[in-house]
Amino acid sequence: MSVRGESIAVTDAPWHIPSRGRVGMYCLIVAESAIFTIFVAAYVFYIGKSLSGPTPREILHVPILSTICLLSSSLTIHWAMAALRKGKTVGFSVFWFITFVLGAIFIGATAREWHHLIYQEGFTIQTNLFGSTYYALVGLHASHVIAGLIGLTIVMILALLGKVKREHSERCEVLALYWHFVDAVWVIVFTTVYIVGR
Amino acid sequence: MASEALPLTLHKGPLAVVYEWLGTADHKKIGFMYIIYALLFLVIMGIEAILMRIQLAHANSHFLSPQVFNRLFTMHGTTGVFFVAMPILFGFGNYLVPLMIGARDMAFPRLNAFGFWMTAFGGLLLYGSFFAGDGVLHAGIAPDVGWFAYAPLTATAFSPGHSTDYWTLSLLLAGVGSIAGGVNFVATILCMRCPGMTLSKMPLLAWMNLVMGGLILVTISPLTAAQLMLVADRYLGAHFFDTQAGGSVVMWMHFFWIFGHPEVYVLIIPCFAFVSEIIHVFSRKAMFGYPAMVAATVSIGFVSLGVWAHHMFTFGMPSYGNAFFVLTTMVVAVPTGIKIFNWLATMWGGKIRFATPMIFAVGFLFQFLIGGLTGMMLATAPFDWQLGNSYFVVAHFHYIIVGGILFTIFAAFYYWFPKMTGRMLDETLGKWHFWLFVIGFHLTFDFMHIPGLLGMPRRVYTYEAGRGWETWNMISSIGAIFQTVAILIFVYNMIRSYFLGAPAGNDPWDAWTLEWATTSPPPDYNFAVVPSVRSRRPLWDIKHPDDPDWKYE
Repeated sequence: MSVRGESIAVTDAPWHIPSRGRVGMYCLIVAESAIFTIFVAAYVFYIGKSLSGPTPREILHVPILSTICLLSSSLTIHWAMAALRKGKTVGFSVFWFITFVLGAIFIGATAREWHHLIYQEGFTIQTNLFGSTYYALVGLHASHVIAGLIGLTIVMILALLGKVKREHSERCEVLALYWHFVDAVWVIVFTTVYIVGR
Repeated sequence: MASEALPLTLHKGPLAVVYEWLGTADHKKIGFMYIIYALLFLVIMGIEAILMRIQLAHANSHFLSPQVFNRLFTMHGTTGVFFVAMPILFGFGNYLVPLMIGARDMAFPRLNAFGFWMTAFGGLLLYGSFFAGDGVLHAGIAPDVGWFAYAPLTATAFSPGHSTDYWTLSLLLAGVGSIAGGVNFVATILCMRCPGMTLSKMPLLAWMNLVMGGLILVTISPLTAAQLMLVADRYLGAHFFDTQAGGSVVMWMHFFWIFGHPEVYVLIIPCFAFVSEIIHVFSRKAMFGYPAMVAATVSIGFVSLGVWAHHMFTFGMPSYGNAFFVLTTMVVAVPTGIKIFNWLATMWGGKIRFATPMIFAVGFLFQFLIGGLTGMMLATAPFDWQLGNSYFVVAHFHYIIVGGILFTIFAAFYYWFPKMTGRMLDETLGKWHFWLFVIGFHLTFDFMHIPGLLGMPRRVYTYEAGRGWETWNMISSIGAIFQTVAILIFVYNMIRSYFLGAPAGNDPWDAWTLEWATTSPPPDYNFAVVPSVRSRRPLWDIKHPDDPDWKYE
């Protein structure tokens, strides 16, 4: 019996399925959240359990400026996407560039903080439990920011070449989702490391 | 992609064929590679098991040294979970899900290829330890820390050399591959369904692979995180699991089992899917209780996330911790029981055909039930204090993994081999395979419970005579012979049938889901016309236009 190619009379209901790019990114976010959950759990579990100094209060300074930069980059990428959906490619490029700059400021600040801790304070991943969990958690987040910055850069180059149009908004949206996730995770990491853990 | 050149009828040189397979992003080719790869590792882990059974067959044996025995059980367990069970289920899922939901391919074909190659290289890396794990310290080749690699055994002080690095890095790679696969399964099933296939009309196989994909996202990730910490400990001198610096070894246990227990459900849920598809076709009835089946699967997925510490009763927990994990573990029995009753109710009053896929599925029902019952026994904390880390535990989880998972995988081979190759597997050889394997399985694993009850701990390389363990161990080892012969028959059957089997035609089992609507093997594009469905059994609707399902659903 050959049924290949035949089809049953379709119902008249229109057929909607979700966008695979978004669903794929949500899945990745769920998986990444699980990874961060484990690192945050380890951090919280080891608060105050280091057998030797230094303690967080002695050497950590709350990175207020870079936090403001990273969190406001969520707003600028949102504006960039709103501009792209309306077909305003110049507005998109400008806001996308600002997002990149804000992210780069954040990662630069983290680099400075680490440089200070390692070279001035002599505080490394080997120092104590605090060092292990601090560099692992903040480093995990920073590596996600770097991955996001690479993505932002690629889109920025394409935008400068005039290749990013309104019809690409769905795809840029996927990257924007990832960026929002990176920002949201920073809220958790910041609270854990610089408020609860300090 | 080579697969995008439509009818591949032109004669191609061997190099072109190799290139086509290495560079493919086609879900059927990737699925096929997953399965072949897993079968190779199945043979390897089987050889490891046979060596251990020879060693344990009688008391005071010196067939293997203790060091080699440690490596064998570590490699056997790690290979079995990560490089046999996971890839074989991913392979079937990859092959079947797009066909069953009427799609051209997975949602992200390149990501799919990426996932496969990460897993494949993970497996090669694990076995690469045999060549380079020795390091400069001559500390032993293959990993010997056990498949759950408890800290602080994995610390550089206790595992010098590189064998443990091979273990942790290969699982890190395979984990990334699995997460890529999980993302792909969820996105495919949610976003690639053909017109008319609402969530409530999906085949149960698609539903269960959806749950598996979701579980992978939240279970493999903790393992990846824990492996990252272990790598930091071993390479960068961090102190996550370093008790000398205040680190906690119990934290590794928690992180590992937060992965480890849901992982069991990642493995068994696709097997539920195979059984669900096979039982209703061979009972000639629509699936009994489809919504209850979906609900049970989803709730197993959720409950499985809250049971991990039942692996840790013997390490000591507060009484409320014990009570919580005893209760959550026992709750798993409720949705599982619903499933078993649904399968039985599907068979009840059906016109059952005992073809090879069906007898393997029935074998699964019986053995999975017993494995579940010993699971309930071990879920009772005081019972577990007595029998934790004994051969009773080994017998229990092999009952699930061999009697449950492997039996359904065999069922799936006999059921879908005709679709994948266009040839039927031989039924007579299939029956021989089944009966020899059933006999071997029960000889090995039924009798393995008893030395456990008599106090034989797992992972001992030998034991003294006169403890009453010899007979039972000898029977278990004899069972391994039957299982080996059965597997050889299975392999012979597959090779012979691939070349000489009876042509299968499109729909040899008179089945009802979309994969049987296309040719065997399916063309690269799967369906010449995108199918559309109105019920859970679209092929029934086509075959019986006078009495279609959608009038009743």
